[in-house]
Order: sequence, then structure tokens, then C-alpha cells
Amino acid sequence: MNNSQDLLICDKVNINFGAKQVLRNVNLTVRPGETVGLVGESGSGKTTIGRAVLGIGPVSSGRIVFEGQDIAGVSPNRRTGEATRIQAVFQDPYSSLNPSMTVEDILTEPLVARGMATAAQARMKVKELLSQVALPSNASARFPREFSGGQRQRVAIARALALSPRLIVCDEPVSALDLSTQARVLDLFIALQEQTGVAYLFISHDLAVVRAISHRVAVMRAGEIVEFGECEDVTSRPQHAYTQRLLLAAPVADPVRQAERRAALRALNVPSSQS
Amino acid sequence: MSNHTTEPHRISPLRAAFSNPLGLIASVILALVLLAGLAAPALAPYDPAKVMIFKVNALPDAEYLLGGDGSGRDNLSRLLYGARNTFIGAAISVVVAAMIGVTAGLFAGYYGRSFDTITSWVADGLMALPAIIVLLAFFQALGSSIYLSMAVFGILLSPGFFRLTRSLVRSVRNELYIDAARVSGLGDLRIILRHILLAVRAPVVIQVSIVAGISIVVQAGLEFLGLGDASVPTWGGMLQDAFDNLYTAQQNVYWPGLAISITVASLVLLANSVRDAMQGGMRPRLSAPIQAQSNPVNGSIDPQAILQLRDLVVAYPDRQGWRNVVKGVSLTVKRGEVFGLVGESGSGKTQTAFAVLGLLSAGGRILSGSIRFDGIELAGGDDTQFKALRGRRIAYVPQEPMSNLDPSFKIGDQLTEPMQAVLGLSRAQAKARALELLGRVGLRDPERVFKAYPHQISGGMAQRVLIAGAVSCNPDLLIADEPTTALDVTVQAEVLDLLRDLQAEFGMSIIIVTHNFGVVADMCDTVAVMREGTIVEVAGTRDLFTRPTHEYTRMLLDCVLDDPPVRRYSGVAEASR
Repeated sequence: MNNSQDLLICDKVNINFGAKQVLRNVNLTVRPGETVGLVGESGSGKTTIGRAVLGIGPVSSGRIVFEGQDIAGVSPNRRTGEATRIQAVFQDPYSSLNPSMTVEDILTEPLVARGMATAAQARMKVKELLSQVALPSNASARFPREFSGGQRQRVAIARALALSPRLIVCDEPVSALDLSTQARVLDLFIALQEQTGVAYLFISHDLAVVRAISHRVAVMRAGEIVEFGECEDVTSRPQHAYTQRLLLAAPVADPVRQAERRAALRALNVPSSQS
Repeated sequence: MSNHTTEPHRISPLRAAFSNPLGLIASVILALVLLAGLAAPALAPYDPAKVMIFKVNALPDAEYLLGGDGSGRDNLSRLLYGARNTFIGAAISVVVAAMIGVTAGLFAGYYGRSFDTITSWVADGLMALPAIIVLLAFFQALGSSIYLSMAVFGILLSPGFFRLTRSLVRSVRNELYIDAARVSGLGDLRIILRHILLAVRAPVVIQVSIVAGISIVVQAGLEFLGLGDASVPTWGGMLQDAFDNLYTAQQNVYWPGLAISITVASLVLLANSVRDAMQGGMRPRLSAPIQAQSNPVNGSIDPQAILQLRDLVVAYPDRQGWRNVVKGVSLTVKRGEVFGLVGESGSGKTQTAFAVLGLLSAGGRILSGSIRFDGIELAGGDDTQFKALRGRRIAYVPQEPMSNLDPSFKIGDQLTEPMQAVLGLSRAQAKARALELLGRVGLRDPERVFKAYPHQISGGMAQRVLIAGAVSCNPDLLIADEPTTALDVTVQAEVLDLLRDLQAEFGMSIIIVTHNFGVVADMCDTVAVMREGTIVEVAGTRDLFTRPTHEYTRMLLDCVLDDPPVRRYSGVAEASR
């Protein structure tokens, strides 16, 4: 499965926090321009794998290969070449932007830090980035607190785009957003992927969101990937009992179908783990 | 749920100080004292060391405006030069303390681990030293320079800065924007200097102001004890001289005393006003209290209704006066019905529910309208009416189960206490009832949960405990505010099942506040869609999903991601950058 055209390969990744093993033998691949959805409940380890790929979390054993380089355990500021083209969009658009910096400062910082542009060049780029995420160009002088949650998330996306990434790790990027905002931000993610060919490792607890954006989906439970395959297969014809439960547990916005699903979930009669 | 948390306003500390009249006055006084000290050579009418023998302990006159001291020197000139020395001394100790403390605090807070442990030991050791004794010892060893003593005092004060900075850094270190900066490729030093220093700036400014005040007092104290260069005019030295002549010229105590008190008080007031501005932001100015006007429902009381809201207006005070968050909501919840209040953040759905519970956040008021619960009018009354119903006939299940359990009490106590107080059960009866309910809400080992502390159970179990507590009074109405939002999806399904079963068993009405149309479809008989404080549509659940009448409802339903078409991966071709 380690195809040479894979952009990212997680190969038998194990992660321990102290004596506790939080990630067991995780194998995952992302192809260029592809979205791989990573879905799971709290404590499943989905955020941990994302942080390991970003280089801001530990890796105990196994390889994380990006464009041929093993980047496991290498912190972002020590990464070089193509490996610098992994960026992130986090869940909470409120705490992911420094409240005392203007949007322009936020967007120019990665460019200047990586030595990819002078301050003046970076400022030129800000306008382009803002238009890519459909924010007005006068947004650059303003502070994060002046924006709504959805707009802040657009700023965070623009920051991730500044370094022309090949892979963006998106950790629950729409979970904190309202329904209508969530739909628009997902559309933006898809449009940007189509324009730039960036790949996403898209982490979410929400199977519906993952289904809407992913090409392939991996389902995590208790530190392991229990199912990984084409989006259609995993989200419509799940093989693993846990995925089936996950699928049926999320209520759908249709009273008639929801009643059927509820009955189906009860019929699954999985010994309910004491919640 | 609505976010009323006000963002911390990051404004420049100095501007913050000026925004407050007290802070402004303090700043002006400090600036004047500082200027006087700096310009002492130009302003002082005499050389501070010049002795005029006939002016010994003289009263103020045309030559010596503030009189003469015990040696016949000009009090005014000595006061001005003293200001200069006082400020230099204070500056030395503050700069030394802040440089050491802030730097060590930044690194200890950011890196943690052994560096943190060692620096914390050093800081604790320094704090344990008795400052004055150390200073006296150093003075003996190092000689008469008060500035050297102040530098040593600065080292002794550095743990204050260290602890402050360290705790601030630790609180921002796990903020996502620090992670984002790391992912952007910023090195640690750059992150510390750029992101973290900004966050600690304001509290450090406050600390500087307070520490400067302390140093001035300590410096004056040392000089008063006679430590320091007798040839240099200082406020403490003046105080000592005045004390020696207290019975002949008591007026001389006033000048240095006033100078020290006013300067130190200004520093403390400045610190307070900066802190107030940083913390409080705007404190809502309460205009004249507005009497809630209840407009009782005219005549027709629907006997089928357990709850009727008519033109309910809920408002919170802000800078301009009152801001309405619920703008005239009318709805009817029938007996035994599950009623959904659905909307996005800021729609007022939670505020509507909290108004019925009488649990509006601080400052919130029911400005007008009627809340009629089983024929009892609640709006316009005082808290006692709500108290009489809450936990007896109206129950509540919150969004965050964990934060609604007190971590220091066992779950059993938290369940039985209200039963004893509200339902008048005996201790044994309450325990039996609690165990029965814990079993009823699907907890497998009620005895174990009864004896457990909240941190020993999961979020899903905590929500079951709260539901058990809510139904313990056999309520007529249960208000559940996003009861499953904080839970995992499989747990959510179980908790919704539980609520549905309990509703059927107890025959109560439920109001579910939610943003999730799936939850609505799963649970509700009737739904009200809210937007910006108003209800745009009320309908039976099936009708709402099949024939939404309002365009806002249609827009929301369009955003629901149920079974969207799956994307096809078209290979590397589209990747071309």
C-alpha cells in the first residue's frame, strides 16, 4: 500500500504518553490533492496522529514519510525542503489566532519566519491570500476579535496557505462553527483543493462532515484504525461493527429516516459500552 | 448556546491607565515627580548641600520655600534631588527584578521540565530570605552605595516577576496560536519573544508599578536607618534628619513623608487602573432599572399548555443601554410534548430557555412579556417564584455535564441533598431514590457511581447522573440545553434514547435547545426555529422537514450535510503546484 505516488505515509506509527499507548500501529497514506478523512470519537487518537504529522507531538516508533523524507519526531522549525510544506488549520478559530496581532501580522509571519519573503513582499502576498479565502482586502489591518468565527477560520486557512502547502492537517476545522458557516467553510476547503492541488488530512468527529469532503476515510477507535477505505464504501457500506454503530448513531435531519436508523441501531444490539 | 464571553481586549497598558480618571491623575503625578527629579539641577533654588547656619530648622519663608532642615539646608532643593535618587534606586531594583524574573519565567514556563524545577527552587529560596536582613548584611559587606543595595533588593524581588510570568506563560503555552506558530516554522526564541511576551506584557507592567512602590518604601527605610551615602540627598535621609529634630521642627517630617506617600500611592493606583482596564474591559453601566412589565395572556389560558410565552423580551445591559437578545418570543409547549428550540449561535434559544428557568446571566432581565407556567405568571415577579418551581416542577439538564457537578463532593451527596431539601425526603429515602434513579438512567453499577467523585466517571455517565437528578422531582417540564453537544456521537444516541424513554415514562414535557437538526428529527414533536432573538417558524417536526415555510429554515436545512455526494479522487493530475 506504500505506493510511491503517496504524498504522506504513516508506517506502523506507535505513540506512547508515558506508559500509556495512545496510538497503535497506525498505517495511513495521503495522495497528492487528496482528502483523507480521519473520523473517531474523543480519545480515539485522531488529533494525536495529526500532531505527529505536524511535528508538534511525539512519535514513539514507526515512520512518517513525506515526499520521501522521514519526518517523524522532527519539529517544524527543523524541517527543510518539501517537508516545510505541511501546514495546519485547528479547531478553535478563537484561540488559534493571537489576539494581539493584526491579520496582516498573522499572515506575513510564516513567510518571514521561513525566509521565503521580505516583510514588504509578504505584505504584498496578504491581499492575494485574503482574496483566496474570500475575505475583503481591508481585513488586513484588523484584529481577530473583529471577526466572526467563520471569518476567523478563513484567516487561519489563509495563514496555512501562505507557505504554498502540499498538505494541510485540518483538526476539526468546522466543529466550532454554526451550521450555515460550516457549509460555506467546507465549500472553501474544496474549492482551494481544486485550485491548488493541496492535500488534506481532515480530522473530525462528524462522519457527515468527513463524508462531504473526503476521498478516502479512516475510522479510528482507541488508538487504532479499524477501517480505512474509499469514502463511499466506509460511509455507506461500513464493514467494521464500530463504523456501523458510528454511522447509525449520528441522527439525520429527517424524522422518518431517523426513526428507522434508531431502530436499526437498537437492532445492532451491540453491547453498549458504558458511556 | 450563545457566547457572551467578552474577548480580552488587548489594549496598550498605558492607554488603559489613562482611560480611568484615577489612573490619569496618578500618571500625571508620577510624571511631575519624575520631571522634577530629572530637572532638579535646574529647578532647585540652592545646592542641596549648601548650609545656611541661620536657617537651621527654619519655617518656610521667601528664600527657603519649604523651610530648612536640621543642618540649615534647603528642604525644597533636597526634596527635588531626593526625587532623582529615589527614582534611580527604584529603577535599578525594578529593572534587575524584571530582567531576571521575566526572562527566567518565560523560559521556565515555555520549556517546563527540569529548567522549570530548578528555577522554581531558586525562586522559592530567594523568597524565603528575609529581605531587610540580607540588605543590611550586604550593606556591611559592600559599603555605602544605596544603588548597590537596590540592585540586591531587585534580585530579592525577582521571584515575584518569575512566578507571575511563569504562570502566564503556562496558561498561553497550550493556546492553539502557539501551535500554529510552531507549524509555521517559527523557532522557540521567536515564539517566546513574539507571541508569549505579548501575552505577559500587561500583567508585567502592573507588577512593575507595584514593585517600584515597594522599592521606594524600602529604599527610604534603608536611608532612614542611616544606610546610604550621607552626602547624597534622599527622601529617607530627609526623614531621618527630620526625626532627629522632631521636637524642634516637626514640619520637616511632612515634606519627605508626603513625597513618599504620594509617589507610592500613585504607583499603586496606576497599577490598579491598568489592571481594571485589562480585566474588566467595559463594565456595563446600568441605567435606571427597568421594571419588567408583564402582559398577562388575555383571558384564554390553554388548558393543554404547560408553558406559554407571549412577546417575551430578554435584554442585557451594554454601553448604549439595553441590548435585546430575545425580541418578542411567543410559543406554547403542550403537556407531554417534546418541544425543540433550534437555531444558530446568537439566535437567543438558550436565553429563552434560561428566562423560563429564571437563570439569566448577571445583568440579564426580562424586559417585557409573559411566561405562564401551568397558569402561574413568572415574568415580572421576583426570584422566589422561580425558586418555588425550579427543581420541583421545572428541571434542567445542562450542556456541560462535568462543569455542573461539584468536583469536591461525591455524586451521591449531590443527588440526595436537593432531594432532602426540596422534596423533604429523609436521608435514607433520598439514598434509596437516588440509587433507583441511577439504575433507571442506565448506569450499570449505581452503588459505585453513588460513591464516586465526578472525576471518576465519564462525560456520558455524568450526563446520566444529571438527568437522574433532573427527573428526581418528577417534573412537569424538563429543559435540556444542548444536552448532547459535548458528548460523543454514540453516547449522544444513548442519552437521547434515555430522554425519550423517561419522557414516555414520566409524561413530562421537554424543551430541547439544540443547533442540531438531527437531534430535532430524532426527538421533537414540535419545533421552533429561532434567528436573532425571534422565532421565524413553528411547526410540527415532520412538517418542518418536509414543508419548511420560512426561507431561513430552508437555508439551514440546505446546509445539513446528510448524504452529500461523495467526491471522486481524480489522481495527481489536479495537483500541479
